Amino acid sequence: MTGTPMPPANAQIFHDSPGDRAFQARWWTGRATVYALLILWAFICLFPIYWTLTTSFKTAPDVMKGHMLPWVDFFPAWLGWRSLGLSPDTWGNESTVRAEFLKRFSNSAIVSVTASVLAVALGSLAAYGLSRFSYKFAWMRNSDISFFFLSQLILPPVVLALPMLVLYKELALLDTRIGLILLYTLSVLPIVIWIMRDQFSSIPTELEEAALVDGLSIWGAFITIILPIALPGMVAAFILSLVLTWNEYFFAALLTSTHANTLPVMVASQTGSQGISWWSMAALSWAAILPLIVIGVVLERYIIKGMAAGAVK
Amino acid sequence: MSSSGDLLHVVTNDSISAGRKAFGRAITWGSAVCMVIIAACQLAQVLGWWDLGFENWRPTLYAYVMWAVCLCWGQVLQYGEHGKRTLFVLPAALFVISLTVFPLLFGLIIAFSDWNLSSPDGRQFNGLDNVRQMWADPFYWNAMLNMVWYVLAILVEYAIAFGLALALNAEIRARKFFRVAFLLPLMLSPVAVSWMIGKSMLEARFGPISRLGRALGWDNPSFFESPWIAKATIMLMDAWTFIPFMMIMILAGLQAIPKELNEAAKVDGANGWRAFWEVTFPMMLPVSITAILIRIIFKLKLADIVIAVTSGGPGGATDTVTSFIFREYRDRSNVGYGTLLAMVYLVVIILVMTLLMKLADRYARPRT
Repeated sequence: MTGTPMPPANAQIFHDSPGDRAFQARWWTGRATVYALLILWAFICLFPIYWTLTTSFKTAPDVMKGHMLPWVDFFPAWLGWRSLGLSPDTWGNESTVRAEFLKRFSNSAIVSVTASVLAVALGSLAAYGLSRFSYKFAWMRNSDISFFFLSQLILPPVVLALPMLVLYKELALLDTRIGLILLYTLSVLPIVIWIMRDQFSSIPTELEEAALVDGLSIWGAFITIILPIALPGMVAAFILSLVLTWNEYFFAALLTSTHANTLPVMVASQTGSQGISWWSMAALSWAAILPLIVIGVVLERYIIKGMAAGAVK
Repeated sequence: MSSSGDLLHVVTNDSISAGRKAFGRAITWGSAVCMVIIAACQLAQVLGWWDLGFENWRPTLYAYVMWAVCLCWGQVLQYGEHGKRTLFVLPAALFVISLTVFPLLFGLIIAFSDWNLSSPDGRQFNGLDNVRQMWADPFYWNAMLNMVWYVLAILVEYAIAFGLALALNAEIRARKFFRVAFLLPLMLSPVAVSWMIGKSMLEARFGPISRLGRALGWDNPSFFESPWIAKATIMLMDAWTFIPFMMIMILAGLQAIPKELNEAAKVDGANGWRAFWEVTFPMMLPVSITAILIRIIFKLKLADIVIAVTSGGPGGATDTVTSFIFREYRDRSNVGYGTLLAMVYLVVIILVMTLLMKLADRYARPRT
């Protein structure tokens, strides 16, 4: 007993065993890796958005020198936004560019919202029917009909594009919003049906049975009982459709020319024409993605819900 | 989903009067006959038999819409409660059929003809000329080959998405911030992205990424001059937009795995790596396959980034089939040849996807 020296009075008496300490170190390095990874990827995701936003406030020398931090290495100017007619000092004036921009913007908004509403309406009805009743159209049973709808997802737009171009020309639907709306509805319909089928099959049929016993018709039960419950799924489907249709470029580039152009077509057409004036392109791009950034931040929950549908059975 | 018998049993005693039934049948067939007559009149004008002064095919379109409405209404009139059930699916089915099946059949006709939209002589049937031209078109097959590379890139995207999903699934702070930040690229329009990244950040002289490349010792960073670097750049930009999509599907799958399973693995002495390969990864297989298949479907439609950034160059190295057909139409406005290429592409896609789904079905089925 006398061989071991007494530890100093303030020393820690209880220690973690060496094994536990190693574990702790591992835990900390694990944490650090996870956070490093997350921060790195968040940077990769956010930097282009940040870069575009700051570029829209730069002047030519700032762009050339690659300045990045506003107020630190360059002083923000309204250059890009002025050329769009969207800066504070040009707000009151007439601006052809702004008129053009607003026209494209409203085209995009009208087309994408209408197509999404239409797709959600048609898709929800079909998904509800398929999840509740058994059908038999000619040789097609429920699973065939479901497959028919979902298989539209595989159809690449380019296959429909040229026949549609010719058909629309004959039907005088070329360069009209209605033409675009129809095609956009078609292209998001399978996704809506997928999400909504998932949503409806998670709702117990007892609910409708109770409603039917109480004297509601099938459609009455669907509208008053089931739709409110399925609303989150419908919102998810709607938002997802909105994102896809707002961003669509291919059909819009082929089927519209002057009247029904959407925003992506305008963005794409600017790059070639008058050389690249960085600030105004940056402002235009940023204005084009802003609505979706807002939607993404505010409604993130629904988007994730929509995309996760069907992933997990 | 049960294939026989309704999930929802409805007992109704419809007493549909004979008059109502007859009326239902009358409007269904009446509107159909009406449509056929109008279509025939228009056809007659097109063939030059009888000039009725139609400017376009709109009247037939209106007649078709009227027929569709009457068909739906007629179902309810004739079959009562059963008709009302049909009404759930019928509108969507009619919509999809009229917008896909009809154009596809029409496309088949176009595909075997020489049709330059800007030339006045209109459509000319040219048999298998388009097929022969396609067979000898090196750029088309090059685009097809590019699609294979683009699709293979999905495996890398999948690995990254899985890693990110695991990181997001760990116990972290500010999870909401990271989720939103990771989701944002998916929300952005590919055309805007292709300007933001492809044209601006990758600009050879003063784009930030080129600067970074130069700082890291790459003398003359150019991203769209050598074929493989250009291809890789397009892949990266596409990956940037679509990784969030796979990540979210995988994240949903990860969250559905019961916690007890990982705890049990830990108790049995599996460390993190082994627990991942022997518990998490096999559990995630079905979700992974779904995510990859859907991603392949989206990848096969890739076009807008290519059209906006490289328009296929250098020398077709970045061409996708869609962007190739798009340019083929833009440059020569030959609808016939483009349609044939698209049709062949569709057939290839259907074959490949069916094969992949069969394979996936075999491997994803949970082993019991």
